[in-house]
Amino acid sequence: MTSPSAPRDAVRRDPGRPGRTGPGRGAVVRGRVPWALAVPAVIGLAFLVLPLAGLLVRAPWATLGERLARPAVLEALRLSLVSATAATVICLVFGVPLAWLLARVDFRGKRVARALVTVPLVLPPVVGGVALLLVFGRRGLLGQWLESGPGVTLPFTTAGVVLAEAFVAMPFLVISVEGALRGADTRFEDAAATLGASRWTVFRRITLPLVAPGIAAGAVLCWARALGEFGATITFAGNFPGTTQTMPLAVYEALETDPEAAIVLSLVLLAVSVVVLAGLRDRWVGTS
Amino acid sequence: MGGHVVSLDARITAELPGFRLDLALSAAPGEVVALLGPNGAGKTTTLRTLAGLGPLAAGHIRIDGAPVHHLPAEKRRIGVVFQDYLLFPHLTALENVAFGPRCQGVPKARARALAMEWLERVGLAGHAGARPRALSGGQAQRVALARALAVEPRLLLLDEPLAALDAHTRLEVRSGLRHRLSAFDGATVLVTHDPLDAMTLADRLVVIERGRVAQEGPPAEVARHPRTDYVARLVGLNLYRGEADGHEVRLNGVRLHVGAAHRGPVFVAFSPAAVALYRSRPDGTPRNLWRARIAGVERHGDNVRVRLDDPFPVSADITQAALADLALAPGQHVWAAVKATETTAYPA
Repeated sequence: MTSPSAPRDAVRRDPGRPGRTGPGRGAVVRGRVPWALAVPAVIGLAFLVLPLAGLLVRAPWATLGERLARPAVLEALRLSLVSATAATVICLVFGVPLAWLLARVDFRGKRVARALVTVPLVLPPVVGGVALLLVFGRRGLLGQWLESGPGVTLPFTTAGVVLAEAFVAMPFLVISVEGALRGADTRFEDAAATLGASRWTVFRRITLPLVAPGIAAGAVLCWARALGEFGATITFAGNFPGTTQTMPLAVYEALETDPEAAIVLSLVLLAVSVVVLAGLRDRWVGTS
Repeated sequence: MGGHVVSLDARITAELPGFRLDLALSAAPGEVVALLGPNGAGKTTTLRTLAGLGPLAAGHIRIDGAPVHHLPAEKRRIGVVFQDYLLFPHLTALENVAFGPRCQGVPKARARALAMEWLERVGLAGHAGARPRALSGGQAQRVALARALAVEPRLLLLDEPLAALDAHTRLEVRSGLRHRLSAFDGATVLVTHDPLDAMTLADRLVVIERGRVAQEGPPAEVARHPRTDYVARLVGLNLYRGEADGHEVRLNGVRLHVGAAHRGPVFVAFSPAAVALYRSRPDGTPRNLWRARIAGVERHGDNVRVRLDDPFPVSADITQAALADLALAPGQHVWAAVKATETTAYPA
């Protein structure tokens, strides 16, 4: 009797974890790395690293502690952290459902919708700020209605900072979460459906936990982008210490009056970035 | 329904790449039907369509007389055990089994108690708190079965329930599954490409080839009287189609003598073990004797399978010792003989 038990692909991709190719046991012997590639590669690496090294070299280490404790610095840092976190929450509330829609539902104009989502990604942030003014400004399309109705004014307020940051950072979250949703094994959702779960229950109890690592990675990315936001913020929310002056804005201002303060503020932002990168580690690399 | 009770009554059509799936399928309460067929024959598509996970191009699906094909999967109450079980990795075994009842609106505590009962029934009460990752293949299969049965379905579908297991645990899990399926009073449809699984688990086989039912019947009947090359290969028989005239069957150019007399188109089947090979023309009276060319020799269990291709394809099983004596090699010619009493002929 012929046995038709052909080897089946029993190994499935671990959902939520991007494929990582481990190093082979014995490295294959290859020829020399060509100079034409090695030289530009090293220059490229140096170009990325040197400015950061410069920041470290020129930092006023002696007065660092005293400068960091200044109220203006702490105020800018607090405002940056609060507004970036608030923007990330907004992005999660609206971005995750949007990512789900793009990944799981077929509808007309989906390609256009996906293209539109990525526009803020490539749009100069200043242009985003101008666009936000035109819509949410005091005379903007929605802004005048918001002011005359519920009496809400967004431009040049902390809420405006949050709005500008959310506008710029949301695509990072949507793209990251959509990628995670596409990578997740939809057969788990099938299994849940056969057990009587509605689409909402499937999303809440199966999909969301399965793509949680992807959402977390997207949220960190989104938060980092919001933290560094400059162009849209200064255009839409202005540069008022205490209400709209976030760290990047403070850096920019300090550069003209007190360059050493600018270095200190930059160091803080650099430290936050490094911490974020360490948190993401291999998650970020691999999910494209 | 008049006459006999039907639990599942379906006619399923779907467009597949290269061919159209079109089959009628029915199952009585408590009956286990195995869909058997080569890869890509449409088995899994049939299962997904029944479950509501794939579109039904035309036809109907009725369970206990009520049409369900217009309902989404979550409203059909069809239990499915998926190929690699698809236990939710972030939930414990107990939570996996309780998931269905919770979705049906059973209160949390009650659903967990119910899930515990099901885990006890499949002998896994001690693993209630384990995550799927910590379960063995056989245990995962039992949790998947408990999870599917916990919603009290009227129809249970199993997609290759043993394919993810290694050969060692397979035997044990198979007998356990057989035992549990016999306790289920609804209809069961299982998909497999393994004839042994199909024969041991099912009350009835439905063989699908290229989207059509190629043969259907009780396992013993299908095994004894294959009607397609695929089934013959599965059950390990040589199969030919010819024209019978009494005890003689003509298969394009060759005549075979068979045990039972028939008239008209027939199938002739015989086991490879019934074929004897000789280097020189043997004495005695085997009615079926012909000179054949060897196309290949390969190991087959403890024996050796010799494939003959001229004048017609035949598989012959001989012992290792006989192989050494005969010193067979591809391209050589040998004498092949089959006793008429070792053949089975049945109307085509």
